[in-house]
Amino acid sequence: MINLDAKIPDGPIEQKWTDYRFHTKLVNPANKRKYKIIIVGSGLAGASAAASLGELGYNVEVFTYHDTPRRAHSIAAQGGINATKNYPNDGDSVFRLFYDTVKGGDYRSREANVYRLAEVSSEIIDQCTAQGVPFAREYGGLLANRSFGGALVSRTFYARGQTGQQLLLGAYQAMANQIHAGKVKLHTRMEMLDLVVQDGNAVGIVTRNLLNGEIEAHSAHAVVLATGGYGNVYYLSTNAMACNATAIWRAHRRGAAFANPCFVQIHPTCIPQSEEFQSKLTLMSESLRNDGRIWVPKDPNEDRPPNEIPEEDRDYYLERRYPSFGNLVPRDVASRNAKNMIDEGRGVGPLKNGVYLDFADPISRLGRGTIEERYGNLFEMYERITDENPYEVPMRIYPAAHYTMGGLWVDYELQSTIPGLFVIGEANFSDHGANRLGASALMQGLADGYFVLPYTIGNYLAPLLGTEPADTRGEAFVEVRRQVRDRLHHLLSVDGSRTASWFNKELGKILVDKVGMERSEEGLLEALQAIRNLRAEFHADVKVLGTNESFNQALANAGRVWDFLELAELMTLDALDRRESCGGHFRMESQTPEGEALRQDDEYSYVSAWDFKRIGHEIEEELHKEPLEFEYVALSQRSYK
Amino acid sequence: MDVTLRVWRQQGPEARGDFETIPVPDVSEHMSFLEMLDIVNERLTLSGEEPVAFDSDCREGICGMCGLVINGHPHGPQDGTATCQLHMRKFKDGDTIVVEPWRAKAFPIIKDLVVDRSPFDRIVEAGGYITVRTGSSPDANLIPIPKPAAEASMDAAACIGCGACVAACPNGAAQLFTAAKVAHLNLLPQGQPERWTRVEAMVTEMEKYFGSCTNYGECEAACPKSISIDFIAMMNLDFFKAKLKNRKRTGQAAQ
Repeated sequence: MINLDAKIPDGPIEQKWTDYRFHTKLVNPANKRKYKIIIVGSGLAGASAAASLGELGYNVEVFTYHDTPRRAHSIAAQGGINATKNYPNDGDSVFRLFYDTVKGGDYRSREANVYRLAEVSSEIIDQCTAQGVPFAREYGGLLANRSFGGALVSRTFYARGQTGQQLLLGAYQAMANQIHAGKVKLHTRMEMLDLVVQDGNAVGIVTRNLLNGEIEAHSAHAVVLATGGYGNVYYLSTNAMACNATAIWRAHRRGAAFANPCFVQIHPTCIPQSEEFQSKLTLMSESLRNDGRIWVPKDPNEDRPPNEIPEEDRDYYLERRYPSFGNLVPRDVASRNAKNMIDEGRGVGPLKNGVYLDFADPISRLGRGTIEERYGNLFEMYERITDENPYEVPMRIYPAAHYTMGGLWVDYELQSTIPGLFVIGEANFSDHGANRLGASALMQGLADGYFVLPYTIGNYLAPLLGTEPADTRGEAFVEVRRQVRDRLHHLLSVDGSRTASWFNKELGKILVDKVGMERSEEGLLEALQAIRNLRAEFHADVKVLGTNESFNQALANAGRVWDFLELAELMTLDALDRRESCGGHFRMESQTPEGEALRQDDEYSYVSAWDFKRIGHEIEEELHKEPLEFEYVALSQRSYK
Repeated sequence: MDVTLRVWRQQGPEARGDFETIPVPDVSEHMSFLEMLDIVNERLTLSGEEPVAFDSDCREGICGMCGLVINGHPHGPQDGTATCQLHMRKFKDGDTIVVEPWRAKAFPIIKDLVVDRSPFDRIVEAGGYITVRTGSSPDANLIPIPKPAAEASMDAAACIGCGACVAACPNGAAQLFTAAKVAHLNLLPQGQPERWTRVEAMVTEMEKYFGSCTNYGECEAACPKSISIDFIAMMNLDFFKAKLKNRKRTGQAAQ
């Protein structure tokens, strides 16, 4: 039986974190060196946690499958990071960011966690600036802000279109400092393939050295997963090629509850797929919607080039349907509307799989120079990929899987249902509910790593004083290593006729179609069957060449696809269970007369936490519910009319 | 379009490598170069041959993971473009394309087109940071930074650590990478307290692995982020000054 006690401190919301920090157990500074902590993943959350824990005096071991921590996909975030500094004097506050985040998440997140996130957001900016992150500045030398993703205050800090890169370099450099100091040990090209649980506690991990296939066991007093999201389950997503769910999925199979797996964010402004072979979709910053106007032709049979289609034959559908927010509606709304246009046959481009994002208006109003200054690098990137000049021809955009709000269940201390296993960043489910607001992912990753985990982990570690990390020669480790070897052996021995990436692609098609922007009971049931069959086919027909004892990229990928094929089934089960629409989860059966997402608060105001039981042809999971209570934010129907 | 690849194949770090000729018929000009390689690998696998190992991750030109020498040019023929953003439309039907890994002594080959670039991390670990404990920072607006300084720092900080500068350099030098990392921090007020120790430590570490700079300027031409070699001049000046400043400080300290 899993324990879903969120351990939310008592007291008024603005006092909870302060009180928690006062009451939490502390580890004496001189004793911190007696502890060892494993961190898997070196993106914003992992690197910031490693740096901070190393500074405190803990011994930290960091594992990444990349050749250097700098490759983590946090690096690709473009837009910015939110914080409640209120430098622009436009009325921002901790409470407002808290309120916006809970509302934006369509009331499916935990109030206390979100409030804490808003509370520490300001410190993140201080920390990063001190580290030398070159944020954009005003001419007076002070920090610049912009509004982002339809927020009504300017609270977003940014470094050109490369905010994620600069924040990651900041965290990575802070970690490098600790590596230099000997407090952090970095293991590169090492992939975690399983979690080791002994007497109910997480005590270590089993890794595969990607260079030579060596299976190694590592133990510690606590294990932290900072391994990001699972958007690549859709195959085509804005995630990097190697992003995967293996670490969190294997932890789930060892007893960590998986929360809200069906909550996925589909980002509206990506470059549409051009042909079947495409390997990933490229995101273009949401900021483009500040000026660009989205439209499709009124006539599905329109064959004139866009510039020759007169105004009266165009449908600016977002401006028409949402006069007050227009092109700036939240991501889930913009994405679903684009899908509807394409389903109506009004898509544009050679494959009729996009909608226009047109800059002709702003260019004639503001001049090309202004548009170039604002979006030059994005226009250049678009042209590089599509060979079309967006200053002259409207861009084509289409939604793509981008961010997963679901993840391993964690309590207020960011601890999973397995004691000793902590989960931070995108890998956990905690702060974004059913939809994440723009510029909030970077904030959450760094909040968890710099300012939350370093306090909460102490509460778990303090009573362990005097104990040694588990013996990696012990039975628990030996057994997990054997299972890891067996899985690798299985992949190499099937010798079928399809590559693992073919299976990933097929899985993606099922999910995009039936567990994507719109979900129905019928479609989800079909998806369940299709996923189960595909998984069976995978185990009978996958082809992986080479050996385990070598640098074998196909083998590494096949293991990740295997886990996706299991996770996809759980996502579908979760989507089936939630017969309401909320945020990015749109159930056809639950919509307002205008076709907007309709929540069913009486029935579904809970976090779904799935407990793994067993897997055969079908997966067996038990659903537990953590009820969500809202004391500070009044639930309302989101409206962007 | 149809192309022919001449690809470097090498089983492992110690193995002997050679070029393999692989005909690649029927690819689209809209493919990225790496998507073309994906197809090559898919075809190789299905015919029972081991796929070509190559590194890539974000495929948006920002993570710095990818990097191939294409027809003799690191990251290929297009200026300011990482391999992952290069498209087949830059080649002609019938072309023979030579694909090699980064060639530099400091970057030993792991397999085929994959190399080990870990010396870059050693350079950063030697001093490429500002020491600031989490939680000990003042308000972010306490120190105004002139916009031009912040912009110049950002120009340097745009480095993605791909290693093309080293691959392009006839000497296998890493001056552009190191200079970008040094300048990013040394240009900012926050970076001043450690400015002189930083540059000396990073340059010293760099010299353990890489060749010397003789101002060819190939690095700037190959850089997918078009980072300027002006930063190398800045680093050299700072290094020179540091030799004096650090010595003076040593003399004053009770060591």
